[in-house]
Amino acid sequence: MTDISTPHDTAAPPKRRSRLMSTLAADRKAQAGLAVLVLFLLAGIFAPLLAQFDPNEMTLDMMGGLSWQHPLGTDDLGRDLLSRILYGTRVSLFIGFATVALALVIGVTLGLVAGYFGGWVDMVIMRYIDLQWAFPNFIIAVYLVAVFGTGLLNVIVAISLAFVDDFARIARSMTLTLREEQYIDAARVLGFSKARTLLIHVMPNAVAPIIVQATVSVSYAILGEASLSFLGLGVDANTPTWGLILADGRGFITRAWWLGVFPGLAIMLVVLSINFIGDWLRDALDVRQQV
Amino acid sequence: MASYILRRFIGSVVVMWAVATLVFFMLRLVPGDPIAAMLADAGGPEEMEAMHRRLGLDRALVVQYGIWFWNMLQGDLGSSIYGSRIPVTQIIVEAIPRTLSLSLLAFVIAMVIAVPAGILSATRRNTLTDNTVSFFAFLGLSMPDFWLAILLIIVFAANLQWLPAIGYTPIDEGLWEWFRHLILPAIAIGTAFSAIIARMIRSSLLEVLSSDYMRTARSKGLTPWMLMWGHALPNAMIPVITVMGIAFALLISGAVVVENVFAIKGLGRVLIEGILNRDYPVVQGAVLVVSAIFVFSNLLVDLLYGVIDPRIRLH
Repeated sequence: MTDISTPHDTAAPPKRRSRLMSTLAADRKAQAGLAVLVLFLLAGIFAPLLAQFDPNEMTLDMMGGLSWQHPLGTDDLGRDLLSRILYGTRVSLFIGFATVALALVIGVTLGLVAGYFGGWVDMVIMRYIDLQWAFPNFIIAVYLVAVFGTGLLNVIVAISLAFVDDFARIARSMTLTLREEQYIDAARVLGFSKARTLLIHVMPNAVAPIIVQATVSVSYAILGEASLSFLGLGVDANTPTWGLILADGRGFITRAWWLGVFPGLAIMLVVLSINFIGDWLRDALDVRQQV
Repeated sequence: MASYILRRFIGSVVVMWAVATLVFFMLRLVPGDPIAAMLADAGGPEEMEAMHRRLGLDRALVVQYGIWFWNMLQGDLGSSIYGSRIPVTQIIVEAIPRTLSLSLLAFVIAMVIAVPAGILSATRRNTLTDNTVSFFAFLGLSMPDFWLAILLIIVFAANLQWLPAIGYTPIDEGLWEWFRHLILPAIAIGTAFSAIIARMIRSSLLEVLSSDYMRTARSKGLTPWMLMWGHALPNAMIPVITVMGIAFALLISGAVVVENVFAIKGLGRVLIEGILNRDYPVVQGAVLVVSAIFVFSNLLVDLLYGVIDPRIRLH
């Protein structure tokens, strides 16, 4: 059980926010992470404006090196690498966030239901969650893709189902813990309404570990999608995503190193920024690291 | 202790049964019939029907499950639906030593880097050394393993031409050749794991170094060397052993991807090829064996932990 409450916890939302900001001011890594992530988000949103070429447009300049026209070079079909990576940002970030949103909704619902109802409902749900917990998320995602087939939607479903157990466990344990907390009893004794107890005392403490888990999960989801696409188990061949661009360029890396370097650099920068942000949130929200 | 081992072993067998059952029924009950989709490439209706009969797919699902399960207990995982119909068990038996060699080497390399790095950053807390280690740990955690594999190939195989870019040589054809082929994929897989362990050793060591018994040991006049290797490190390693389960997850997931970059036909390559070729007996078998390796290595870690820390056995 993760006990995430502090003994004299009166942290109402405004105070929490100021703590977030004050720790951010001291955390260079988190600042850099937020800046890089925002840059990538903007690059993804404005990809059609920023990209000089259509991501699938072939030119005769095949495997051209770095130039003013093609700042990151071109691939074996003469497609502009920078434009492909820019469009890839959209797909990769979308999959990262969509996957975690789906996993969060399913996982938290399962966890709350298990924790709230207890009894055989709890037993059935948790037996399954424990079973899934025993396996690496990536292996589960690979098997689910084998069952459902490839494609954007299937990849999102496969990765999010693989993440469900993480959220379900946190949601269940927080439901159980909070039910027993003394400060919840205290709030009840003081005659606070149920709504006030839940909103002001339960929610802030319950949400913190889920926020942290969701943040790091986005980076795992982006890595997962990239790995699946790289293996040919991801999105369709015509969708530019970072993993797929790397897979396409893999055969040519001895002659065109840029094809092997830049798409991976994009993945690493985004994942690194999210990890920095996750570390900051973990400290600022006072969530114990889960093993 | 014997009853603890027995209890945990039975628990793992139950988990394996549940996984096998889930793997079997998911491939058959999911809407859209994945197996039909896989067999769609087989040819016309007659070929399809012949194929169905040969694979026993025309029988009741429960009967299929019974037959499959009984065969599996005897080590028969069916055979590939293509070409020469090689038994899945044979494919997997050939693949296992490759994956194990790779994971083992990755583990050794990762520990050789992580232990000194963790000690250095804990003993020189908040210095340039500590920050450098922490920076590389973050980098290692954020790099996709297959990308690191590609970078290593670009540098060491394509440009410097020191090491081969693909392939595998069995250890009985020479230790050096075996090592030469595995070193790059092992680094690619081991890096993320190394980063996690270095960070764990750092925080665990910091806790131990500030404990009362370390103060006592210091005041006894022990040398710094004895303090570190005799007292601090053995205690600091206990929490590290608990995350070895995560280690297996990382190494196996890593092997599944990286084997494909280096064309090493281990379990990962077999699994992915099986999925891409829509060869469902191979997929089923590979998933089961990967799961079994995972479940039983976790069991081993738990038992090891029970030996180190007897309190665990009570729970």
